[in-house]
Amino acid sequence: MRTLIFRTVAPYLSTLMIVFSIFVLLRGHNEPGGGFIGGLIAASALAIYGIASGVAPVRRAIYFHPMNIAAFGVVLGAVAGVVSIFVGVPFMTGLWIYPVIFGVEVPLSTVLFFDIGVYFAVVGTIGSIALALEERDEI
Amino acid sequence: MAGPSEAAIDYSRAFVMEPLALADWLVIAPVPYCLIAGALLMMLRKNAELQAKAAIIGLIGLFVLCGALLAHVVENGPVTMTMGRWLPPFGISFTVDVLGAILAVTASIVAVACAIYAAEDVDTTGRRYGFFSFLFLMMAGVIGAFVTGDIFNLYVWFEVLLIASFGLQVLGSEDRQIDGATKYAFLNLIATTMFLVATGYLYGVFGTLNMADIAAQTRTIDDARPLYTLAALYLFAFGMKAAAFPVSFWLPASYHTPKVVVSALFAGLLTKVGIYALARTLLMLFPDQRDAFADVIAWAAMLTMLLGAFGALAQTDYRRLLGYLVVSGIGIMLAGIALATVEALSAAIFYALHSMVVMTALYVASGIAARIGKSFSMNDLGGLYRSNVLFAAMSLVLFFSVSGLPPFSGFWPKAMLVRASLDASASGLATIILLTGFLTTIAVGRVWAHAYWKPAPETMGTPAAAQMKMTSLLPLLALVALTVGFGVFPETLLQLSDSAAAGLLDPSAYIQSVFPAEGAVN
Amino acid sequence: MEPVLAIFVGLLFTTAIYLMTSRHTIRILMGVAVLGNGVNLLIFTSGRLTRDVPPIIPAGLDAPLIPIANPLPQALILTAIVISFSFFAFLLVLGFRAYQELATDDSRDMRLAEPADDPLPPLGY
Repeated sequence: MRTLIFRTVAPYLSTLMIVFSIFVLLRGHNEPGGGFIGGLIAASALAIYGIASGVAPVRRAIYFHPMNIAAFGVVLGAVAGVVSIFVGVPFMTGLWIYPVIFGVEVPLSTVLFFDIGVYFAVVGTIGSIALALEERDEI
Repeated sequence: MAGPSEAAIDYSRAFVMEPLALADWLVIAPVPYCLIAGALLMMLRKNAELQAKAAIIGLIGLFVLCGALLAHVVENGPVTMTMGRWLPPFGISFTVDVLGAILAVTASIVAVACAIYAAEDVDTTGRRYGFFSFLFLMMAGVIGAFVTGDIFNLYVWFEVLLIASFGLQVLGSEDRQIDGATKYAFLNLIATTMFLVATGYLYGVFGTLNMADIAAQTRTIDDARPLYTLAALYLFAFGMKAAAFPVSFWLPASYHTPKVVVSALFAGLLTKVGIYALARTLLMLFPDQRDAFADVIAWAAMLTMLLGAFGALAQTDYRRLLGYLVVSGIGIMLAGIALATVEALSAAIFYALHSMVVMTALYVASGIAARIGKSFSMNDLGGLYRSNVLFAAMSLVLFFSVSGLPPFSGFWPKAMLVRASLDASASGLATIILLTGFLTTIAVGRVWAHAYWKPAPETMGTPAAAQMKMTSLLPLLALVALTVGFGVFPETLLQLSDSAAAGLLDPSAYIQSVFPAEGAVN
Repeated sequence: MEPVLAIFVGLLFTTAIYLMTSRHTIRILMGVAVLGNGVNLLIFTSGRLTRDVPPIIPAGLDAPLIPIANPLPQALILTAIVISFSFFAFLLVLGFRAYQELATDDSRDMRLAEPADDPLPPLGY
């Protein structure tokens, strides 16, 4: 699998896929997309990078252990649901704020943070499975 | 997205507009609590020392939350919280009645005891692998299943606890575990898929997944014929999860393979979730259909009891014997569901609580026995009584309790069930319950005679572990105290299980808690 | 359309159950995968089939203008797909491990947890 062409292209391809996954994640509230599919795209980016240049560089590149990333995602998702306790509405109610940053109104919501949590959970778990399977192949 | 300019919309047609009392958060609190705690432990899993302490403290916190939930439910009747403010049945409702709350409390007690035992039993590798994270994830699944009021959400919690249990089952990855895990994983996955099949049909029939909504509709539906299919599918799926007779063989094939503490957790929690779901669907959602299947359930109950008791008699291995005792206990709970009077159901619920505590304690006892004797086989064990009298005494209490002998917690539910089955002129059921109790006494009597009473065989070596630290007996001591307490002072628990049973048979309070307006009409 | 899909669901279930009666774990696994797909199709069908547009509300509106497809079965199926996908992955790894460690994929030969030559219980003491 480690042909020259693939090894040269893979880092760029992975970068592009990560960027695209973030795009898909952010457009997911009103249009097709979202945290789950974005996370899958990002995880496959990691997998491709792993196939091309080995698992160790991937693990170095993402710095955190994939399971820690997944756990962080779960915490983020759960906390995004619990925030509504302070407003007196039920668990998982979407709460919106509209801060203006550099003259642009940016709608932020707990829904978005939940989706980001899903994204990390999916990247972490699928990435960890993919990397573990690739490590097995290398032996 | 709802911008500030669109405030003119009448939100009350889609949203719950009443402000939410802080106490209502107790309904949902245990679930995100477990998820967050498990995830944090996963992030901290390099620090093996901290893990155990944090997990024990975290689970005690869970117990406090569940206890507060039970107190809240006992005081105010069933409590509902609907996710995301959507009006039920559109939002996912979490509805807790006494049954769910009391099972959640007992589950959290079991989890605390297992975590204390695991602090000694699970080594650094197991902790790094994430034992305590999986434990919390499984608790999220178990408690989520007990508190949810939405049948598809129940399926999701089943899968959460299943995936966590897979992780726990293969912890250590010995060959025996892989073998046991294969059978466990395949058969449980098939059972949950059957659950999903039934839920798909249910959605097709009712167009709703909210259990209170379904419970209200089944009692007035015009064409009840599809409901028989649904009830049969649920009976099969949850019967398989609970290990009822014709589909029970995965349990004795797998429960003795993982680490002792994992077996203890499984025995205490997983099959009872199956029984809970069976009671919830058959009694609350499909009462008429359950009446039609009552004979089938009664036969399954009798055969499950007998299979468990005879299987236990035939075993050499301490832990495999306990696996069969779990099965026979399931039969007793099924007998309660087959009779479906308030008394019988109350007995079944009481027995479920008793079984959670006692089966966990027995597995922990088998682990301690193996730690002293270096084996689970009754051929190799011996002299446990002489090496540690306190441990032997506690084991004896558990043996009495699991056989249903008087001063302990197993006695009351069995006595109530026998009386209820005689009242319903189901003398066959009563006979089998008594016979099972008798056979169980013989089976555990054999364990006592061989593992505890007979002199230690030479192969066992000197009982060096006799000077066991008090902390390793602590979880066992707590669980034994609980079974003695349930046995000597059963009144409070009986009141709770009575009201839980009444709530299952007449779900109007449950429905009213989800639909306040409609409930007033009923 | 519903009868056609119902028959197809039945075919998938039949295939799945036939595969699951095999003794080989890999075939059981295939059966479980087919069963999962059958269930998804079943949920889809029981949500009623219509020739409506996807359930997406146009920008700037609060309600769809024309009848839309029922989004709930789609959400259910998505959940079910995610779950069955992760379970399939787990079971695949587990089955492979079992094949490696136990050197068999025949469930009849997997007797490590319940050995056929288990010693008899002690008969006296």
